[in-house]
Amino acid sequence: MSDEFKLMVWRGDASGGAEVEYHVPAETGMVVLDALHYIEHNLAPDLAVRWNCKAAHCGSCSAEVNGEPKLLCKTRMDQYVGQTVTVRPMKTFPIIKDLVTDVSWNYKVAKEVPLLAPTAPAPFNMQQIDVDRIQEFHRCIECFLCQDTCHVLRDHAGQNKYFGPRYMIKIAEFEMHPMDGVDRVPLLAHEGGVGMCNVTKCCTEVCPQHIRITDNAIIPLKERVADRYYDPIKILLRRLGGKKDDVSEPKTHAVT
Amino acid sequence: MAQEMYETLDYDVLIIGAGGAGLRAAVEASEGTGLKVGVVTKSLLGKAHTVMAEGGAAASFGNLDAPDGWETHFYDTMRSGHFINNYRTVEIFAKEAPDRVLELESWGAVFDRTPEGRIMQRPFGAHTFRRLCHIGDHTGLELIRTMQYKAIHTNIDVFQEVTMTKMLVQNGRVVGAFGYFRADGRFVLFRARAIVLATGGWGRIYKVTSNSWESTGDGAALAFRAGADLMDMEMVQFHPTGMVWPPGVRGLLVTEGVRGEGGLLRNSEGERFMKTYDPERMELSSRDVVARSIFREVQAGRGTPHGGAWLDISHKGADYVKKKLPGMYEQFLTLADLDITKQPFEVAPTCHYTMGGLRVDAETCATNIAGLFAAGEVACGLHGANRLGGNSLSDLLVFGRRAGMGARDYAKATGQHAAIDESELRQEMDRVLEPFHRQGSVNPYHVHERLQELMTNYAGIMRSGDTLQEGLDKLLELKDEARSMSIGGSRVYNPGWHAVFDVENMLLLSEGIIRSALERKESRGAHWRTDFPDELPEWQTVNFVESFDGQTIRLRREPVNPMPDYLAQLFTYGKAPGLAKSEAGKESQV
Repeated sequence: MSDEFKLMVWRGDASGGAEVEYHVPAETGMVVLDALHYIEHNLAPDLAVRWNCKAAHCGSCSAEVNGEPKLLCKTRMDQYVGQTVTVRPMKTFPIIKDLVTDVSWNYKVAKEVPLLAPTAPAPFNMQQIDVDRIQEFHRCIECFLCQDTCHVLRDHAGQNKYFGPRYMIKIAEFEMHPMDGVDRVPLLAHEGGVGMCNVTKCCTEVCPQHIRITDNAIIPLKERVADRYYDPIKILLRRLGGKKDDVSEPKTHAVT
Repeated sequence: MAQEMYETLDYDVLIIGAGGAGLRAAVEASEGTGLKVGVVTKSLLGKAHTVMAEGGAAASFGNLDAPDGWETHFYDTMRSGHFINNYRTVEIFAKEAPDRVLELESWGAVFDRTPEGRIMQRPFGAHTFRRLCHIGDHTGLELIRTMQYKAIHTNIDVFQEVTMTKMLVQNGRVVGAFGYFRADGRFVLFRARAIVLATGGWGRIYKVTSNSWESTGDGAALAFRAGADLMDMEMVQFHPTGMVWPPGVRGLLVTEGVRGEGGLLRNSEGERFMKTYDPERMELSSRDVVARSIFREVQAGRGTPHGGAWLDISHKGADYVKKKLPGMYEQFLTLADLDITKQPFEVAPTCHYTMGGLRVDAETCATNIAGLFAAGEVACGLHGANRLGGNSLSDLLVFGRRAGMGARDYAKATGQHAAIDESELRQEMDRVLEPFHRQGSVNPYHVHERLQELMTNYAGIMRSGDTLQEGLDKLLELKDEARSMSIGGSRVYNPGWHAVFDVENMLLLSEGIIRSALERKESRGAHWRTDFPDELPEWQTVNFVESFDGQTIRLRREPVNPMPDYLAQLFTYGKAPGLAKSEAGKESQV
């Protein structure tokens, strides 16, 4: 291993900034966050970088390393031997300072997701096989890397049209809960905007918890929406039954 | 210079800290009460140290071991705490934990299941029965995420990334708290009728630690300066199994769940050394015993290449390990290039939990300052001299709720917000901004590193009167030097600036630890003194309580309240009450 790493770290605030070069001594097994801490402790004490646990449990240290959305605490430096390591803040969210972005939009969306409303009081009788698929979604650490990489949010500023992958798995977690009694399909079809996702699976690729966001959450949720709003036989039956379609046309167009 | 401004925000109940205890308190204080409740956190919501808890939440459902019940949970907790716990706190805890866990289930937490469809419970160190409700090895994440969503759906305001620098007390009554928003350095005054502190522990004062950046003891230090009592400060838990290699991850937690699921400890000679120290409970002995055993093996020259012991779970098979310990599997694979389903790995003790903290009333979590409540790791009384694994998560729920109730009732009975002393705030703003103007060039990060080194060497897992005294002298020197901590840059999201206050808090609490450790002239639980290696009966009736007048820490002895008969009786069977009862039951069936 080389004796030191060269890092280019984006420094600045909402008014602008630039990459600044730093040199950091190499240590066995070090991660990008270790290198940034070296900079913070010795070269630039006001370098802003979020972190809490340094164990990939909390999802605070999200940023973009050589262009890829990553957790800084889980990204090993030794994979970049001989290269410059460029660290930039998440692009999708407004800059506060350096590597710290304003992720408050996510917390606003979180309030829109109706909680579990159990059909019976706890203790629940549920089989492991019935909860396996939702437990996958419970591994989410809310690092928002999926939100960062989702091109509806990243390239098309679709924040007012789509909750983003994080909240699709949050909704799926409740929707697929064996004891849940709430109908979130209209929310998904309208405000949630599940139709905006065009299944490129970028979110799944960047998920540090390896949650199969697209396959296991978004696609099944899309199916629920399609089943409700687009099943021709059901539409026919509803009309024959004299009932009006109870909901307006959901958003359909995906961003390409 | 233009006069500094600050924003004023009024709340009936202010919660400082948004981990499990803070969020549970917020829900209790706000739901159906009509009170205005605010939550302040120094991180983003959902990132608090609670997220790091892995193994589970202890509650005596007896889903797998029917004889379990609150009596046995009480018995295990008192015994592991070496009887300096507040018995009433433990009693409430053991009785209420199951209800709190079920509440969590109804709010959306999804625990692993038994074949009968009930909550699965795993064995853990020094718990008589299988008792830890869990979801794989990320139970803390489950708890905080569930509480986070529950809380944001009640009518509370959350303020993220705020540094609190001062607790405001008038005439013995809390009236508010002062601090600044990290994002832009703006000052903020929270006026409050009641405040709940749920700010966690101070494990960051040690070099090798499993604690996240947050655990700098801010709430304990703020309350201590404002006149609140601290208790049992000498009691610091070292978890037996932290990662050892590579250097960057040293101290990172390896869940006790590895041993709970059948993991075996061996020394460099391949020997299961726990048979020397606790042949009955072996790997599932209490944390203080296992941590000391590993430490002793290393000292005796039987350590692993990087100074630890081997832990091995590979015999359980890859599928099982990946299902029950997915986080551990991933953690070692990513950070240490090691597959724990195939090979043993190195572990060594790491600072994990501070049993000491604010002295609180068992029923209401009230401190000695009127209107100030505390719950979770920042509070003291439940764990005694050593915390049982799994008791922390249920602690957050049981006493988070009770602190919320205490604060709610106090706030309802309290009149208007008190007028705040303007000059006190002016002084505080000057103090907080001083590091930008100081001539000195002492780097706060470097002071922190030296503090960690010092506390590890002189007041760590192994202590003696001599090392503690030497540590205290060095600490006071460092404290002196730290008065010159300075920082450049602006007030906008400046971590170096924030670090100044973290370090000040840790320096104060470190002194509290050493002074208390010097006085306890015995070994008890996590407090291990080589000059007094035995546990002595005369110390079993003593808690050390500390108070601070702004200059000096004063230490006094307070008697441990004796248990009433119906609880004392639980210790007379020669074994855990649940075991005694089930055996008696078997005999009567015959």
